[in-house]
Amino acid sequence: MAILLILVPLAFLLGLACLAAFLWALNTGQFDDLDDPAIRIFQPEDDE
Amino acid sequence: MSRAVDFRCFAREEADRVSLYMQVEGMHCASCAWKIEQSLQAHPGVEARVNFSTQRLRISWPKTLDAGAANDNANQFADEVEALGFHVAPFDAESRLQASKAEERDLLSCLAVAGFATCAIMLFVDPLWFLPARAVTGATRDLMYWMMSLIALPATIWSGRPFFRSAWQALTHGRTNMDVPISLAVIMANALSVYETVTHGRYVYFDASIMLLFFLLIGRYLDLKARGKAREAAEGLLAMLEGTATVVDGERTVSVRIRDLAPGQHLLVAAGEKIAADGLILTGESDIDTQLVTGETLPRTAGPGERLYAGMINRSAPLLIEVSAAADDSLLSEIVGLMEKAERSQGPYVRLADRLAGLYAPVVHGLALATFVGWMIYGALHGAMIWEDALLKAVAVLIITCPCAIGLAVPVVHVLASSRLFKRGILLKSAKGLEAMARIDRVVFDKTGTLTEGTPRWMNPDVLTGENRRIAIAMARQSQHPLSQAIARGGAIGEVPGMVVTDHPGKGLKAVVGKDLVWMGKASWLGVPASGDAQMELWFQRAQGPAIRLLFADAVRADARQVIVGLRARGLTLSMLSGDRDQVAQKVAMDLGISDVRSGLSPVDKVAAVEAMMAEGHRVLMVGDGLNDAAALSAASVSMSPASGVDVTQTAADFVYRDQGLSPILTTYDTARAAQRLVRQNVWISLAYNLIAVPVAVLGLATPLIAAVAMSTSSLVVVLNALRLGRVSRL
Repeated sequence: MAILLILVPLAFLLGLACLAAFLWALNTGQFDDLDDPAIRIFQPEDDE
Repeated sequence: MSRAVDFRCFAREEADRVSLYMQVEGMHCASCAWKIEQSLQAHPGVEARVNFSTQRLRISWPKTLDAGAANDNANQFADEVEALGFHVAPFDAESRLQASKAEERDLLSCLAVAGFATCAIMLFVDPLWFLPARAVTGATRDLMYWMMSLIALPATIWSGRPFFRSAWQALTHGRTNMDVPISLAVIMANALSVYETVTHGRYVYFDASIMLLFFLLIGRYLDLKARGKAREAAEGLLAMLEGTATVVDGERTVSVRIRDLAPGQHLLVAAGEKIAADGLILTGESDIDTQLVTGETLPRTAGPGERLYAGMINRSAPLLIEVSAAADDSLLSEIVGLMEKAERSQGPYVRLADRLAGLYAPVVHGLALATFVGWMIYGALHGAMIWEDALLKAVAVLIITCPCAIGLAVPVVHVLASSRLFKRGILLKSAKGLEAMARIDRVVFDKTGTLTEGTPRWMNPDVLTGENRRIAIAMARQSQHPLSQAIARGGAIGEVPGMVVTDHPGKGLKAVVGKDLVWMGKASWLGVPASGDAQMELWFQRAQGPAIRLLFADAVRADARQVIVGLRARGLTLSMLSGDRDQVAQKVAMDLGISDVRSGLSPVDKVAAVEAMMAEGHRVLMVGDGLNDAAALSAASVSMSPASGVDVTQTAADFVYRDQGLSPILTTYDTARAAQRLVRQNVWISLAYNLIAVPVAVLGLATPLIAAVAMSTSSLVVVLNALRLGRVSRL
């Protein structure tokens, strides 16, 4: 059972890391527009 | 009173009234909108209209009105709305977009935190549930409880904000809503769990309460997504007033925003441009495409002195127009006004979820209170019960009466249904659309552009043969006129070398081929006597040869007959309302087998016809594409418009479809029926679940394990049931 003392905090910290990564992505606008980037390739280039 | 925004700057004067647009935040249901309107209209002469899907409020009042604060009606009204518990801001499309983005982000972060906390707490809860009771006791259990509370409390405070805020807003303004019982359950569950932890008690409810938040947030997020789509579509109307127009100012021309156009200004409209404002033609003569405004298939020729309306398209030659009405007084705005009036006369539509929410709060609170009082009495009689135990049992009732069917299952069904429709080119715009669609018993069609293609087709191509036909097609290619385009579509490619074509707007085309002159155009231009019937026609004449009559008709859409048979097979009655002449309308209706036909109707007549049907107790689906249908679309229970229709009808319609044919009507109807079935099943499932779970909780048998398992299974069952939508009906 002693392994729990390592595994539970480990799982907890990994989860926390994922949450932090997600919140970072959210706050830098990664989820603001999920539709346009996929079709951006069809837009004519601005530069020559 | 000091304020961040002075609303006087945003008020606009029009004739003897002043009007003001505001963005209202914090409206959650149609009754909020109704409350705002009622409160403002208590002032004599004030008109207030709230558009719930765009969250916009329009107030207008007479210039002479004095509503309280001296000469400061705008701010006075803003304060009144604020006093009702809503936040107002000047209308601004850009800030609106930013605000909804921020709201979505915020909800997503709540969802992420709640999801993480749910998983993390599971880590601690699992050993408590599944290990033998004596394995986790004393200090070990206390440690686990403390860890759980350390995760649960911050997570609840963060993720619960949307619920707490809305519940607080409702309570402080003497209202109640769905979020009140939710907040109460979550707060009490956490408070009691902390109390249990401190006093080394047996049970904590951290897991059940954070899981409840997690599931409800999923529902909230899906709901926001669905509503966001509707709002985007509705804001298309504003875009119509966003563009610019070219104004002639003395010697030079300047670009002016359409909404800033004023009567008396001279507007230059190039060929191919949309006419930006109502006005009179000063100089120039051109073909005007009026289809979107009046529903006529053919453009008509207009010259100096004639009146044009915003939304018409100038086809062939530049025109100089004197603006007769500002954007806010134009025909377009009048029709928008008619639309809003029609919408209002319908009364706010109460969605199933809102109706359930109204029932839910009192019942659940009553049950919890009864549980508490009941156990207190029981304790007093037996001298064994302490008040904490009674409270614990009452909280268990609050937690276990899971509002998942309303909070989660309904949005899941709606999002699945709308994405399913979206894949088939049908955009669901309004939140009520699906529910209303499932209940219709009558379908009303517009003719031009809806049942018919809206573009003429060449009916007798055989009258021209050989070189004449090649010449006609080559000439027709040079023109944008709908009849020319019909000819151009009707033949093989063939070059006519050395042909020179000139366009005579309003008359026809003239070409020089070798030594021959060729005319193609109106009977009067070619000097042919006018024929008696009402058919669309062109005349063709080469050199001294005979004048040949080319006939055109607005063809019925290819799948119209099939769709109409399908609708009838589903037990719906059909009608047609047309602005076109009786002769033409009757012929189309006969072709399709629609017996109830009304023709020659103005936009107002169309609204009246639809309202009369509704007054008889029918639930009407209106399908239309023209500006003249827009108000009737709003008056109907539910409405559809093709994507080829004018912006206003797309704004008014609950569904917009992209298809060339009419089959989307069948698809939408069938999907809405399937969705309604699933929502009903989900409500029954959760009701059945509550019938079992609530007595268990009331009797005090609900341990945290039972609460958590019951809650997640009930959520899972309703979501899985909703997912069947993908398989129910194969369309």
